[in-house]
Amino acid sequence: MTKYVIQRFLGLIPTLFVIITLSFFIIRIAPGGPFSYERALPKQVLENIEKRYHLDESLLVQYGRYVLDILRGDLGPSFRYKDYDVNHYIKISLPNSLVLGLLSLSLAVILGISTGLISARRQNSTIDYLSMSVAVIGISVPLFVVGPVLMYFFAMKLNLLPTSGWIMSGDRWTTVLMPMATLTLPYFAYIARLSRASTLEVLQSDYVRTARAKGLSEPVIMFKHVLKGALLPVVSFLGPAFANIVTGSIVVETIFRIPGLGRYFVQSALNRDYTLIMGTVIVYSAILLIMNFIVDIIYGFMDPRISYR
Amino acid sequence: MKKLFILLIVLCLPVPVFSQGVFRIGNGAEPQSLDPHLISGVPEHRIYVSLFEGLVAFDPKTADPIPGVAESWTISKDGLTYAFKLRKDAVWSDGVRITAQTVVDSWLRCLNPETAAEYASLLTGVIQGADEYNTKKAGPEGVGLKALDNNTFQMTLKSPAPYALGMLGHYAFAILPMHAIQKYGKDWTKPENWVSNGPFVLAEWKPQDRIVVKKNSKYWDAAKVKLDQVVYYPIDDNNTAFNMYLNGELDWQSVTPRERIEEAKKRPDFENAAYLGTYYYIFNQTKPPFNDARARKAFSMAVDRKELVEKVTKGGEFPALSYVPPMSGYKPMAGLTENVAEAKKLLGAAGFPDGKGFPKVTILYNTSESHKKIAEYLQQRWEQTLGVKVDLVNQEWKTYLDTRRDGKMGGYEFARAGWIGDYKDPYNFLFMWLSDNFDFNDGRWKNTQYDALVAKANGMAAGPKRMEVFQEAEKILIEQDQAIMPIYWYTTLNMIDVKKWEGWYPNVLDIHPTKFVSPKK
Repeated sequence: MTKYVIQRFLGLIPTLFVIITLSFFIIRIAPGGPFSYERALPKQVLENIEKRYHLDESLLVQYGRYVLDILRGDLGPSFRYKDYDVNHYIKISLPNSLVLGLLSLSLAVILGISTGLISARRQNSTIDYLSMSVAVIGISVPLFVVGPVLMYFFAMKLNLLPTSGWIMSGDRWTTVLMPMATLTLPYFAYIARLSRASTLEVLQSDYVRTARAKGLSEPVIMFKHVLKGALLPVVSFLGPAFANIVTGSIVVETIFRIPGLGRYFVQSALNRDYTLIMGTVIVYSAILLIMNFIVDIIYGFMDPRISYR
Repeated sequence: MKKLFILLIVLCLPVPVFSQGVFRIGNGAEPQSLDPHLISGVPEHRIYVSLFEGLVAFDPKTADPIPGVAESWTISKDGLTYAFKLRKDAVWSDGVRITAQTVVDSWLRCLNPETAAEYASLLTGVIQGADEYNTKKAGPEGVGLKALDNNTFQMTLKSPAPYALGMLGHYAFAILPMHAIQKYGKDWTKPENWVSNGPFVLAEWKPQDRIVVKKNSKYWDAAKVKLDQVVYYPIDDNNTAFNMYLNGELDWQSVTPRERIEEAKKRPDFENAAYLGTYYYIFNQTKPPFNDARARKAFSMAVDRKELVEKVTKGGEFPALSYVPPMSGYKPMAGLTENVAEAKKLLGAAGFPDGKGFPKVTILYNTSESHKKIAEYLQQRWEQTLGVKVDLVNQEWKTYLDTRRDGKMGGYEFARAGWIGDYKDPYNFLFMWLSDNFDFNDGRWKNTQYDALVAKANGMAAGPKRMEVFQEAEKILIEQDQAIMPIYWYTTLNMIDVKKWEGWYPNVLDIHPTKFVSPKK
């Protein structure tokens, strides 16, 4: 088992390397560059800047230089935000995205699984229909609608919450509520539906029927036997979901003014800020790969049918 | 238990944060830098005006130049040599004196090709020897900047540009703490190393969150500064910024989202004023049909600009038939009056009676709801009045810039553009259309008579004669050739309660120095 774990972990490195290489070349294909402005720079000045950032060298040389820098942990200077480098921006924004992501996903998991379990146990009841309707709304209504609607009601009309801001920037703790609610909704929805479906399936299975036949009580059946099986699809969903929620929360971060990684992700692309784009891509990919890896391992522990040799 | 519940509720209630001396600004985008030589953009400019002061500062009512670090100045008779007398009490926030040599060194740093300052063009356009240094044709010794003594700074211009003085408040002409830059290098803009000379100094900088500046006690005019702190919030989402303002979380919000303009217009704190800029379309003159002036004129004359600003943009914009917006000393050109019948006649004369045989033309614009609405309106208008087919294409900003500038405008027949003036002079608008100005003249219009007139005016001393020559030039640009199609002159859409704050005045450059802002008693 340990050998498997180590092998798998080492396998992440070439994957990350391929992602970095492909991204490096793809972003340079887009028209325009970091230094194409409306007020064009004189030719000699532009030449100077390009020399300073090594943009005048051949792509392969630039690539080689970049790889060596990464190996030393240096993600380079930002082409657009000139006062700090990429490492700094990632260092200050990643924790915000992580906290927002973790809080939202945790809430989504707790609420989603409970809802899924209850709905499955009481299939076709009012509570089942109600919770699945909420789930459909959660999946269909986009974040950029939910966010402003929540802001309109709770901040503007009812005056209960501040419109925006973030607890980790020093604002009141109530600033986490609306972003969390907005981001939790779609994930809660998916998890509720997933766990409901898998619970229903598990409830029909032979081993649960056996447990019932043996006379075990409902709570014991649900929590000791059904839960593990029902959770399997949720667990495999969680890996990419976590990575997605950390940087995919760009919409929520923009609407609620949260200084997270997601905002740099999009802005750097629009600014053609090559180094910042690469930095965010590397972080996102690393999180995605690691989370998938962890999920695989957990899956192995949870499902007795799977064995790693 | 009840007590705990009440406590929880109380902790939740938003307390109106109105600390007497704090002014909170919705500042649009995250600034690229706090180094005045590495920036461009209005959000950066707003921050600059709080932290630094150049030779001149901005009058809060008119944005005209008033004494800053320079307490007085003399201009030679030929308008080429300016001598500035610096204040003796002008110091940096760390106490070091600001001398004439500091000014020389700062401006040379802006011109230094290694710095790659985007706005060095403001200096190279007027100062003797500046362009040669900036483009590596000569060294710094040839630049017309000199420290005559500790307190006297002299600049020599290459032509008597009367707008030069007004430009000196711009960040391109910033006076920088060269001693701090030498000591800290690239890190000089970090809060812990910060040194500046303006009414405020940098207190805190949380990227993507806020920039806090606090009163600079060493500022020579600190007695006049009533605010303790100014907070700049970079807010990407205009809707959120507007909500923050309505909810009392911002004191000044600089941009109102178009979708909520009707809501804003009903409020007394909506400051809608003229802004020195023009929204226009560029005609591609490298190929038919717009290489023919008659076709260009026909399209321009077929538009109903009044309807466009009233029904489409709704921001109180001014329909514009000419390019240079109204400014003191310069009367805007009449342009060619809108007249559909005349337009049809012109199109017929160009070879396309009733639009028959006219090729399908395409408008290129950068992706945005407001540009889209305008383009759609024009598309419909031209199809209705002239019987032509118009297509629309939008591209993301950088891609669009790249396309527009490739020498043939990507093959598109028109491109949307906008220009905000850096200073109040027709030259700042008319220089863009010189035949060899490939940085701006994307449609590649060529008229040597125009070039000669603009060059002539640029070499003249200030006065009505100079303005007359510019007017003759613009007559060619607009009335004779219709090289571009002006649509409207911009307006600003600020939100601020001037019953609560004094010292903030609408002006055509939209510059509101925080030095003069204070809460009303």
